[in-house]
Amino acid sequence: MSKPAIEASGLRKAFGEVQALDGLSLAVPAGTVLGLLGPNGSGKTTTVSILATSLRPDAGRATVAGLDVVTEAARVRRVIGLAGQFAAVDPNLTGRENLRLIGRLSRVGRKQARARADELLDSFGLNGAADRLVRGYSGGMRRRLDVAAALLHRPSVLFLDEPTTGLDPESRFALWDSVRDLASSGTTVLLTTQYLEEADALADQVMIISAGRAADTGTPAELKARFGTVVFHLDFGRQEAAEAAHTALASAGYRPQRHGSGIEVRSAAGSGELTGVLRVLGGRAPDPVSVAVREPTLDDVFLSLTRGGEAA
Amino acid sequence: MSTIAMEPRQAAGGGVTGGPVTGGRVAAAASRIADALSDTADVAWRNLLTQLRTPQALVFAIIQPVIFVLLFRYAFGGAIHVPGTNYVDFLMPGIFAQTVAFGAVGTAVGLSGDVRTGILVRFRTLPMARIAVLAGRTAADLARNLLVIAVMIGVGFAAGFRSPHGAGALLAALGLVIAFGYAISWGFASLGLRVSDPEAAQAAAVPVLFLLVFTSAAFVPSTAMPGWLQAFGTHQPVDALVNAERALILGGPAAHDVLISLAWSGGMLVVFALLAARTYARMGR
Repeated sequence: MSKPAIEASGLRKAFGEVQALDGLSLAVPAGTVLGLLGPNGSGKTTTVSILATSLRPDAGRATVAGLDVVTEAARVRRVIGLAGQFAAVDPNLTGRENLRLIGRLSRVGRKQARARADELLDSFGLNGAADRLVRGYSGGMRRRLDVAAALLHRPSVLFLDEPTTGLDPESRFALWDSVRDLASSGTTVLLTTQYLEEADALADQVMIISAGRAADTGTPAELKARFGTVVFHLDFGRQEAAEAAHTALASAGYRPQRHGSGIEVRSAAGSGELTGVLRVLGGRAPDPVSVAVREPTLDDVFLSLTRGGEAA
Repeated sequence: MSTIAMEPRQAAGGGVTGGPVTGGRVAAAASRIADALSDTADVAWRNLLTQLRTPQALVFAIIQPVIFVLLFRYAFGGAIHVPGTNYVDFLMPGIFAQTVAFGAVGTAVGLSGDVRTGILVRFRTLPMARIAVLAGRTAADLARNLLVIAVMIGVGFAAGFRSPHGAGALLAALGLVIAFGYAISWGFASLGLRVSDPEAAQAAAVPVLFLLVFTSAAFVPSTAMPGWLQAFGTHQPVDALVNAERALILGGPAAHDVLISLAWSGGMLVVFALLAARTYARMGR
């Protein structure tokens, strides 16, 4: 636990005019899961590509399992696995052939590659489809095979680049279970996702990145606490009424957000704060037609960060 | 991390002089080469399986030269007069050269497909030998060339080709053809790595090959071309190959032409392999 399994400092990478990474630093303790959360183009895939040795940074330094990803890339490759949107399996091979090929190329030995392939097909529920060509697989089966392919040589560090993008809920939950199993068996996981729910469900630490930089880091609970413990959703039925409520709340020190005829207000003071909110509105805006109280999601965190706002 | 601890450090025993260190280095180099060959075989096997399972490309690789045999043997052949020989015996060496030259399009298309699907990204993060991605691709394309050439021999014989100087001469000529095909396929490997769209790779590759094949003496004697075209057409590798094949198959002093063709193929192989390896290494920059 003393030295992080993944450590990066000041990573920069530009593609032509576009600065994909602008000084990103991170550290992932061994055996934990870091969720890298950000929208398209925020630098998630670039980060993973650099850490997984398929791309060189313009500046900055990174180590995986204590090995430098640029100068010791060949040794890094022996301890990492990569699965994700841009690291594919071969559609014209069967699931079993894919795993055996990648196993041999991962230098686990011919016999071991066969045994591991069978084992992984079994544990990822692909036994029935093992000898069918991957081009006939569903999206969920392909992703599971993709993750299995990253595990042939039992990597100690696993990179998952948007592993569930485009999957139906059932496939997504099945993949989540696999990731949890891996993490509990001691594998360090760096996972990128656009889904806040996914980071919440899987990650020990979440790093929110935006425009190639870390915007915030913390445990899912910490982030939620920092950005409020409850969210009040008030619906006024009409946009003008919501605008009036927005003005009233803003002048009273809240930081409301308006979506159409609805207003959202975050509060760190718990659901009791609803009384205060309604008192502010009394007389200055029509009564809301509905009021809902919910727990904040990482969406709330993310939206307020990328809009530069802060919770009340 | 036990996986790391197991790896022997190369610098170990730095103070020891002479035999053991050198021996260790040789053994390490030998084992690296063995690993690279084994990786190449694995990648080649994967590419061959892929080709067999997408047989359209293979079928077109065969149909195209067959059409050229029919076209030149029966449609144009009557109008082409080559002194001292049957036109079909003159034609087939050209067909063999054309077949493997256009086979190199498959190398470009295959690699650009690997770029597009993302399988190259996975390969780049595996502890495999990097050169195996390229060597495995060109080896599979060499195997495909062997198959297509075998079919073309059959088609040639059906169209009246007789290889007047015997089987040995024909086999020697085909050896040159295969060597040329292997070298040029490395040339198109770089192209395939640079475009992530198989159609674009094909569109870029075909005109170059057309230029080389149709300015050479593949189908008509160069003497029938205007001087400026001859100047280009007779100083390029397809023409050198066709001349060497004809010298062997039709008889005559062959050593000079054979050496020129081998020099072209050897030179192309070295330059193109270095270029392709460099292109692949730079993909992560």
